[in-house]
Amino acid sequence: MPHLIEIKALAKSYWRDGFEIPVLNNININVEKGDYLALMGPSGSGKSTLLNLIAGIDRPSKGEVVVDGTNIAKLGESELARWRANNIGFIFQFYNLIPVLTAYDNVGLPLLLTKLGKAEQKKHIETALSIVGLGDRMKHYPKQLSGGQEQRVAIARAIVTDPQILVADEPTGDLDRNSAEEILTLMKRLNEEFGKTIIMVTHDPHAAESAKKTLNLEKGDLIGSSK
Amino acid sequence: MKFLKLILKNAFRHKVRATLTIIGIAVAVTAFGVLRTVVTAWYVGVDAAASNRLITRQAISFIFPLPYAYKEKIAAVPGIEAISFMNWFGGVYLDKKNFFARMAVDAETAFDVYPEFLIAPDQLATFKAERNACVIGAELAKQYNLKIGDPMSLDGDIYPGRWDFVIRGIYTPKFDNTDATQMFFQWNYLNERILQDMPQRANDVGWYVTRITNPDDAATISSQIDELFMNSSAETKSETEGEFTRGFISASGAILGAMNFMSFTIVAIIMLVLANTMMMSARERTREYAILKTLGFSVPQISWLILGESLVLSILGGALGLLLTAPLVKGFAAAVPKGWFPVFKIEPITMALLIAAVIFIGLASAIFPIRRAASTSIVDGMRFMG
Ligand SMILES: Nc1ncnc2c1ncn2[C@@H]1O[C@H](COP(=O)(O)OP(=O)(O)OP(=O)(O)O)[C@@H](O)[C@H]1O
Ligand SMILES: [Mg+2]
Repeated sequence: MPHLIEIKALAKSYWRDGFEIPVLNNININVEKGDYLALMGPSGSGKSTLLNLIAGIDRPSKGEVVVDGTNIAKLGESELARWRANNIGFIFQFYNLIPVLTAYDNVGLPLLLTKLGKAEQKKHIETALSIVGLGDRMKHYPKQLSGGQEQRVAIARAIVTDPQILVADEPTGDLDRNSAEEILTLMKRLNEEFGKTIIMVTHDPHAAESAKKTLNLEKGDLIGSSK
Repeated sequence: MKFLKLILKNAFRHKVRATLTIIGIAVAVTAFGVLRTVVTAWYVGVDAAASNRLITRQAISFIFPLPYAYKEKIAAVPGIEAISFMNWFGGVYLDKKNFFARMAVDAETAFDVYPEFLIAPDQLATFKAERNACVIGAELAKQYNLKIGDPMSLDGDIYPGRWDFVIRGIYTPKFDNTDATQMFFQWNYLNERILQDMPQRANDVGWYVTRITNPDDAATISSQIDELFMNSSAETKSETEGEFTRGFISASGAILGAMNFMSFTIVAIIMLVLANTMMMSARERTREYAILKTLGFSVPQISWLILGESLVLSILGGALGLLLTAPLVKGFAAAVPKGWFPVFKIEPITMALLIAAVIFIGLASAIFPIRRAASTSIVDGMRFMG
């Protein structure tokens, strides 16, 4: 069976003031459908950069990222945007909800890009919010929610279009223990119950434990994995 | 349209800033509307001018008269259908600040060359028959509450003395921009009195008005007329009515030019205000636009969000401004001496300009924010700390 995500000889450098800053050197990873991967490593090791490349929000300098048979580096800007909308759910450390929209409307944002009618949108949004346990907070604005609740709204937004891949960049990094635990439980459920393939960047070994596999990154190189 | 909710929420994210911007646009639009109305009111005479009417006046200045004897010679020029003449009377009606045109006209022909002054045949007949009859415009009748049969007296200045008339006719305007604020009386009446009081000024005509068959011949006929009196003691200058009126206006040309310039400067300034508001919003939302991009929003879709927001602000400001313009123009019309502007209202062209300006401002203000949002990569946008 082909891999869901194939990362081949991936390298990434940034250019600042004429200097090349190598961030990722020669990364090769295969991710299977249904995997739950934790990505660990010191600050500045390139974890976010790798995650962004997989999610198609940044472009590799060398190598390929093939997702479900599509080499996403070859897609044009608009195609890539559409690809992201259909295949990727993104969860950030700082939730990144739109402050002027209610939880309901924030979750509904990705659906604005689909052809779904109002009623169908409503069904999707309510389902997503009930999965994250916030069916009763739909009318709340982000600032009326706790950090953990905001992150759950963000997760609902990530899953509302039912993408097969979720990427999360330190989703518990800004939360207290209890809230972090709730988020990890939720992510695990999304992986096990809903079959989402998840790649999560984290600093927290405890968080990494809830994943099925952990990859370690150091100075742009993979230095091994553990189950 | 699916984005409308987000666009509206974005536009009013900072209530005070949005309100100030909208009020700013409204004030500018109002100023623009009033200024343009004044400018167009000034030019209304030019616009109303008939292209088949020529004015022949003294070459040096229209304040110098022409001999009555020119009439037959001018009338003989081929292409001329009708000829009339008139004198600017000036004078004071009741109070110095009552300003409207008072003219001594040739009763027999005046209404032939001005078909846009509509008068009932019986009123015209009485006007021609009675020496001290006068005809006034419907607008004037309304302003001073005058009706047929009322006496009307003028204190002369160019032609000194007290002049008594009886209103025998009220003309109505044929077109929107026809001046219905004039007063006409018989040139014969004027001339007879001048003949007695100041014989040296008798038989003087202010200017001749001719109606020509073909407007295309205006230039040829004008030069033909002027050639007739070349090297005489009173040379003439003939031109179309439009050019003649423009000549009057050019005296106030500098002011008008300034008003014209100001009205467009206002548009430019307000564009900067909105552009600044939009730029601030776009900068603050750098990160948000990056988030929307990760969710799959494309650059064109984000451009619509920004453009929509800009248009919402400019259109709301414009609408408010338009609402304020109407009463302001009314107030302005009431404040200037009656008769200064025969026609003073918001012209369709002013409306069209206003609406175009508002939309232009909305579009132009969105350009830089859109360029910024488009050129910022997701990764840079997410790292942006604004
Ligand atoms: N847009 C960029 N321009 C220039 N340099 C960048 C850019 N993005 C990342 N870098 C650099 O690349 C390196 C890796 O950054 P990255 O954000 O991937 O690290 P990280 O492992 O996620 O670190 P952290 O744990 O602190 O989030 C860093 O040295 C960073 O300064
Ligand atoms: Mg990072």
